[in-house]
Order: sequence, then structure tokens, then C-alpha cells
Amino acid sequence: MKFSFSSEQDEFRSNLRRFLADRAPIKETRRLMELDAGWEREGWKALNAELGLTAVRIPEEYGGHGFGFGEHCIVLEEMGRALVCAPYFATTVLAAGAILHAGSAERKAALLPGIAAGETIATLASAEDSGSWDAEACTLTASATGHLNGHKSFVLDGHTADLIVVLARGPSGLAFYTVDGSAAGLTRTLLKTMDPTRKLARLEFSDVEATLLGSAAGTYERVMIEAAVCLSNEMVGGAERLREDALAYSMMRMQFGKAIASFQSMKHKAADMLLDVELAKSAAYYAAAALDEGDGDIAMTASLAKACASDTYSQTATHAIQIHGGIGFTWDNDTHLWYKRAKSSDVLFGDAFHHREQMMKNWAA
Amino acid sequence: MMTELNEETVRAECRAWLEANWNPNLGLVEWRHKLAESGWGNPHWPSRWYGRDLSVGLVPVVKEEFARIGAIGVAEAGIRVLAAATILAHGTDMHKEKFLMRILTGEDTWCQLFSEPGSGSDVAGAVTRAEMRGNQWIVNGQKVWTTSAHKAHWGLLLARTDWDAKKHAGLSYFIIDMKQPGVTVYPLRQMNGHASFNQVFLSDATVQPEFLVAAVGDGWAVTTTTLMHERRGADGLRTWGKKSDRPERAFEEERAEIATTMEPYKWYPQRAGRVDLVISRAKETGRIADPVVRQEIARLMTMSKAAEWTARRARAAQEQGRPQGPEGSLGKLVSSNIARAAARVHTQISGADALLTGDASPMNGVIAEILVSVPATSIAGGTDEIQRNIISERVLKMPRERTGDSDKPFKDVPRNLVG
Repeated sequence: MKFSFSSEQDEFRSNLRRFLADRAPIKETRRLMELDAGWEREGWKALNAELGLTAVRIPEEYGGHGFGFGEHCIVLEEMGRALVCAPYFATTVLAAGAILHAGSAERKAALLPGIAAGETIATLASAEDSGSWDAEACTLTASATGHLNGHKSFVLDGHTADLIVVLARGPSGLAFYTVDGSAAGLTRTLLKTMDPTRKLARLEFSDVEATLLGSAAGTYERVMIEAAVCLSNEMVGGAERLREDALAYSMMRMQFGKAIASFQSMKHKAADMLLDVELAKSAAYYAAAALDEGDGDIAMTASLAKACASDTYSQTATHAIQIHGGIGFTWDNDTHLWYKRAKSSDVLFGDAFHHREQMMKNWAA
Repeated sequence: MMTELNEETVRAECRAWLEANWNPNLGLVEWRHKLAESGWGNPHWPSRWYGRDLSVGLVPVVKEEFARIGAIGVAEAGIRVLAAATILAHGTDMHKEKFLMRILTGEDTWCQLFSEPGSGSDVAGAVTRAEMRGNQWIVNGQKVWTTSAHKAHWGLLLARTDWDAKKHAGLSYFIIDMKQPGVTVYPLRQMNGHASFNQVFLSDATVQPEFLVAAVGDGWAVTTTTLMHERRGADGLRTWGKKSDRPERAFEEERAEIATTMEPYKWYPQRAGRVDLVISRAKETGRIADPVVRQEIARLMTMSKAAEWTARRARAAQEQGRPQGPEGSLGKLVSSNIARAAARVHTQISGADALLTGDASPMNGVIAEILVSVPATSIAGGTDEIQRNIISERVLKMPRERTGDSDKPFKDVPRNLVG
């Protein structure tokens, strides 16, 4: 297993970090999060044009760069760090993942180049009102003619996506279908979310015409494993940013005639925060490398990384607000934006308790 | 003449020497003597002192050759390693001549006389007194947590020689003969019933002037060297290469040596929490079906795996010669968290059996020993609190603690009544 980044990867990361600091500062996040859409096509295109971020893990034959999860997760970690408001995760991890695993060569050739070019915004609709991301919880049906009836909820960027991959119960079992965002019979409602930087929608399907993408048997679980690993990497990026910002604040905040960073209660908290974040980073990096290297224990590793990142991100955010004191509880201070992202990331695709139980299913056998 | 020292030439030279000289029918001391003279025992040491001036990066190549042929290396376990490193860095030629060879052959055992009842985390607060009387040093005081003191021939002693100087400036470093009437060693019984350490009482013990290491008042700098090597090799001190079952004389003597040296460390696996036993124990007891226990086990395994991968990240950076990130400074602290969590989970898994100890308790007492051994993890070798200070000050660059003892003569510093 690979335990370090190559110098090319390090360089990619530092270019990306500079780029995002420049193009996606927190001020821009604050502007976009107030919009219903949560993003703008112009800004999204600019984000992709220069560094080809949507193309990172799409194979070259479909217009992508053909990199692995190692590189893709660097992008996600940096986006989590910068708290970028964009339909990136929904498009490149969820939708592209389902298409890559379930689609025929023909369907991939039809759908992936648009995603790689940053033209198509896409998402995956799998959970429903029950709030479960397990395939078995799916009740939405697909008829033999490919018409969808039912609902989906907690769909990432579901109200704005051009292309929606839908998990449905078809005539021969669970399958993925693709639906145009503007299809007749599809009603999309923006949900009011606790985390304003993560837009979710509820979708109603009433005889919506859809195209079969492929069987979801096994492939859906695989996409969810990849989603857990990718989200873990996004999360550790956010956690590290919170840790660094809180540390910087403690160094400049003066009380009782000295920087609060000189108090042992702060120093010991900071040391514990460093430990937590470094452990979660190790798990997230390991899981990404395990995906690239085809590790057999990947389901367990993915759940471990997600559970670790969940606990760490939320804990770090809680500490970060505490270290900021009163100012940390204000809307104008940025800390709460990551605090909310920490919690929404914990819940998305199953929380830490759920993933720990998944780990045990693996070990208890 | 300089020959270019690359991996291939080092490997070839080392292999040729081992093939010509390795003989398991020699006595252990005789073999190690030969090995030390050749420089292959510690190839990164100076060539003048039993080494070959090899860069540290090439040492693994030499180790591989030893493993390939199955040869025994120089003595590498115990405090003697720290003694050697300290003497190499600060000792006189006389020290090197007198001590290094007998360290490498394993003939001499050493101990470290730093900690005192009154100074644990604050090692520089030592109050053991060394005074020049006539033409020798007379030492009085008490040391504690001294591993192997009852067997040691020599001790690395930190003592105060100037009470008017500031705390760190009043310390000196000595090599003391442990086999003398002024040195009395008592075993110290721990809360887990074992007695792996000792208390050492020094009453009018003597040190000849030539056994002072570095100058009078420079003892702290020398101590720092010893401690640095202790931290760096914390696990190396008690890990051995493979214990061989081969029948020849050198192996037989090595097995006896290992048994003696490792005796104080036999409960150390339990001290770390025995994460390796958790899943099998939970299956055995059936507690693995309990969702609350499952959550606790998964939490522990998550921490344990993440810590393992963090150590691998640190090692990978080191191997590539890249600057190590913060991940390199966290191992000690996380091992405490893991040990504590593991003890809790083991107790939870055992249920009422956790009330028992000894042969009739789970795994012949091993499980019971975990609970009563893990408190050592967060104290020994630098407490968790000291580790957090080190991480916050050295890694995160937070302001240093202002202490109450560095701006006045040590005699005026408030200190514990004991010691």
C-alpha cells in the first residue's frame, strides 16, 4: 500500500490550493450559499476550465484524465478545506461513479464526456424519505417501459442537475436509470438544509420517462463505498482547515495580558486536535489508496475512514468554536460554516454509528 | 583511498566478510568481539570506534545481509544502547576504550539513573548530590524507575554539583560503578504485581573524577542526548531480531541473554492494551452480538488502525528523505488513548469475569493484567501531559510555558519534601 504522495501529487495539491484560495474564497461561498441553486454555471465552468477538475478520474477514452482515487481525493480534500460551493461531489463521485460501474461502453461514451468537460451537472438519487442509503430501502419503481414512479429525497444538487441517475426497482431487480433534469412528470423541490453549503432536493416521479443504465446489483454498493471514501477525504480537508484556523486565532487572541495559546488548556486541546485530524487523514488517505490498489477489505476500510472522519470533523468543529469563544458563535465568523458541513457530512451516506456497525459486520463474521 | 560506497559495494563487502567469518560455534562474546572489530556490527559508527562511517541509510542493507546468513549482531537491547550512544557523543577516548567493546559484546549491563522520587516529568529538577571530596566524587541521593539496576555493572548518573547555579546549569553527568557498597538496589513493586524497576539508594557512593562525562555543569546537555536516543529507539530497546532455535553455542548463549534482558518487559504487551485479542475474545464470550459492545470495539479498531497507518505515513516520509510532518510526533500520545480504550473494551467483553485475576481468570490472567497494566502507558517515557506540551510547543509552535524555576539559583526553587 502507498503511504505517501508523489511529488507530482504534492505539486498538484499546492497549485489547487492556491487556485481555490483565489477563485473560491470563503466570501464566494457565502454568496453562493444564499442562492437556491448553490452554484452558478459561469463560476463552475471557470473552476473546471483551468484545472479540468471534473475530468480527473474519468478514463481518457471518455474524455477524462484517467487518474485514480489518489488524485480525485486530493481535489475533494482541497474542496473540503476551502468549503467550495459546487455540484462537484454529486457529479464526479456519485453520478460518474454509477455510470462507470453500471453503464455499458456505449452509455459511458454518451454520458461521461459531458461530465469530464464540465458541461453536464449530474447526481445520483438513491435515498428516500426513510433516510436510508441502503439499496433495500428503495421503493421507487421502474416499469418495463422504463417509466419511474415514486419519490427520492436527500438528493445532492437534485434540484439543479442536468442528469439524474436514479436507483429504482425495475422488472429484473434493482437498477440504475437516467433521467433528464427537465423531464416531464418530475417535480423537484429544494429542501431547506441545516448546512447551507450543501444543497439537497426531494424529487417526485410521476410516470417519468427514463433510460436504463444498468443493474444496480453490487454496483450500487460499490458506488456507496467510493462515496464514503471520497467524502472522508473531503471531510479531513475541512477538519484540518478548522484546526489551523482555531490555532491561528488562539495565537493572536489576547486575554489576561497574553495570547490564549499560552494557556495549557489551549495547548493540550490543540495537541489532541492535531492527533485526531492526523489519524483521520491517515484513514482517508489509506482508503483512497486501497480503492486504487483494489484492496479486498475495501468495504471495511471505507466505513472505518468515514466513521473516523465523522467523529473527527464534528469534534474538531466543536473545539474550534469553543476556542473562538463568543465570536465563534456569530454568523459573521466563518467557523460555523464548517461546523455545519461537518454535521451534514457525518449524516450523509450513513453516520459514524452506522459505519461502525458496517465494520463489525465484516469482523464479526 | 575512498571507494564509492553504494548499496551494491556495501552489500558485497558485508556478505563476503560474513561468509568468511560468521561461525555460530563460537562463544557469543568471542563472536561479537570479532564483529565489533570488523565494524560490521555498527557500520554507522565512526571507523575509529568499531564502525565503518557508513551513512544511516545504508544500515538496512547490512541488516539484510545479517538476516540472509542468519548471523547474530552486536548486543542491542537494554539501556546499554543509550550508554553507547551517549559515550560516543560526549565521552572521552578513555570512556570509549573502556566501555564500548564490552557494551557491544553484551558483557556489561547498564542502567539509567535519572528519575527521582521528587522529579519525574521534571528530570532536570534532580536533587541527588555529587560533591568533590578529596580526589573523588561522593554521591548521595535516591533514584527510581531504574530498569535492570539489580543486574547493571554501570549506571548513567545525573546529579547536582552546584546548588547556586540555575536549575539546568548545576547538573553533571557521571558513569557510576553499580557494584560498590554505596549503591543499594531495591525492587519496586508495581500496581500490577510485577517488579520490573528498582529504587536505587546512593549513600556516599563514589565516582572517580575521570568518570565525569563532559564538563561539570554540562550534565543536562548530555542527558538530552541520552533521552533523545531513548525516545527515538523506545521500542528498539526491548525488541530483538528473531530468536533462533538453532542449537549452536552462540545461539544458545543468545537465548539465555534474551531471557534475562526481556524479563522486566514480559507484561509490556498487556500494557499496550492487547487490541489483537479483542475480536476473538468478543466472539468467545458471545458479547460480539451486543450492539453497544460492537460500537466500542469498532471505535477501538478505528483508532488502532488509523494509528498504524499514521506511523506508516511517518515512516514513508522518512524513507523518502522528505521532511516529516506532524504525524511523526503523535505515536506516544495515541498509544495511551488506544491502551485505555482497549482496557475498557476488554473489561466490557469479560463481564463478571473481569472481577477475577490469576490462572482461573480469562486467558490465565492475561486479560486481568491488561486493566492493571495500561496506566503505565500514559506515564512511562513522558506523560501524556508532557507529550501534549511537546506537540503544542515544538510542532504547533505555541508559546512555551513559563516555569517557576529557571530564573533563580536552584537552592531557592520550591521543591518536594521527599527526595
